[in-house]
Amino acid sequence: MTRQLRIGLFALSAAGLTALLLWSVAGLPAFGHYHERYGTLLKKVAVSERHTTNVVTATVFDYRGFDTLGEEFILFAAVVGVALLLREVREEGGHARRRDRLVSDPVGLVGIGFCAALLLIGLYVVAHGAITPGGGFQGGVVLAGAFALIYLAGDYRSFRALTPQPAVDFAEGLGAGGYAVIGVVSMVLGSAYLHNFGPFGTAGTLASGGSVPMLNLATAVEVTAAFVLLFTEFLQELPARSGES
Amino acid sequence: MIPLQAMAMALVAAFALAIVLTRDLVRLALLSSLYALALVVLFLIFQAPDVALSELVVGAVAFPLVILVAVAVQRG
Repeated sequence: MTRQLRIGLFALSAAGLTALLLWSVAGLPAFGHYHERYGTLLKKVAVSERHTTNVVTATVFDYRGFDTLGEEFILFAAVVGVALLLREVREEGGHARRRDRLVSDPVGLVGIGFCAALLLIGLYVVAHGAITPGGGFQGGVVLAGAFALIYLAGDYRSFRALTPQPAVDFAEGLGAGGYAVIGVVSMVLGSAYLHNFGPFGTAGTLASGGSVPMLNLATAVEVTAAFVLLFTEFLQELPARSGES
Repeated sequence: MIPLQAMAMALVAAFALAIVLTRDLVRLALLSSLYALALVVLFLIFQAPDVALSELVVGAVAFPLVILVAVAVQRG
């Protein structure tokens, strides 16, 4: 394919894509003027039906709880895939003496301060999932970020000491499995899979929302463990390879 | 659209273009972190703080970290 032909093909498809994008953007409702039926309905019923003031969380863990089960297992499968692949090719015990020369003292100090703040924010976001913006996914990645900061501002050994492999593996399975099991509890109590079984509590308090905070917590555990596992696996790649060369 | 929203979108577009034009992988990792940061601002301005929070950690920290590790492994 000649250069001219390629540029021509690009210009044609770029123009087409731009036109389609602009067309679809022009069809969007104005910012703050959402009128679709499904969202409007959920906005109306979520607080009175489920006592959750965060309608997004009510949608994710209740009205569309089954979709979220799928999303959970997408993440679970992705992380298990990474772990299976990397653990398979990694040599055992080849990285006992990992080089650990990192950061200056001020960077370490500030980093550890941030780490503490991140842990607190993460726990806060998870706990308030049913009340204020955020939830298990968001809080989970923030918590995992706090663990990543231990490596970035501290050292690899502290990171590994604070995230022992068996515990992380267990948490990963517990989070994903817990979500599925809570769904079974709904069935045992005589309703559909993942149907909210209450009690709904007082709207605006931490315990409100019935099974929403439970599913939220299971998700937080799963997401935190998934990202920590991902970091661990990738970081373990570093010494194993650099030792060979 | 208010000017602030337009500015945030322009910023995201500028970083996206910079990423596409970058060839050096380490710079790419840093740029993708900045791009995610611009997206975080965009999400905040469009009143989606929960999405911004996820993007902040996944886009600005986790993704560049994975790229950097991959680059380090490849370079030995």
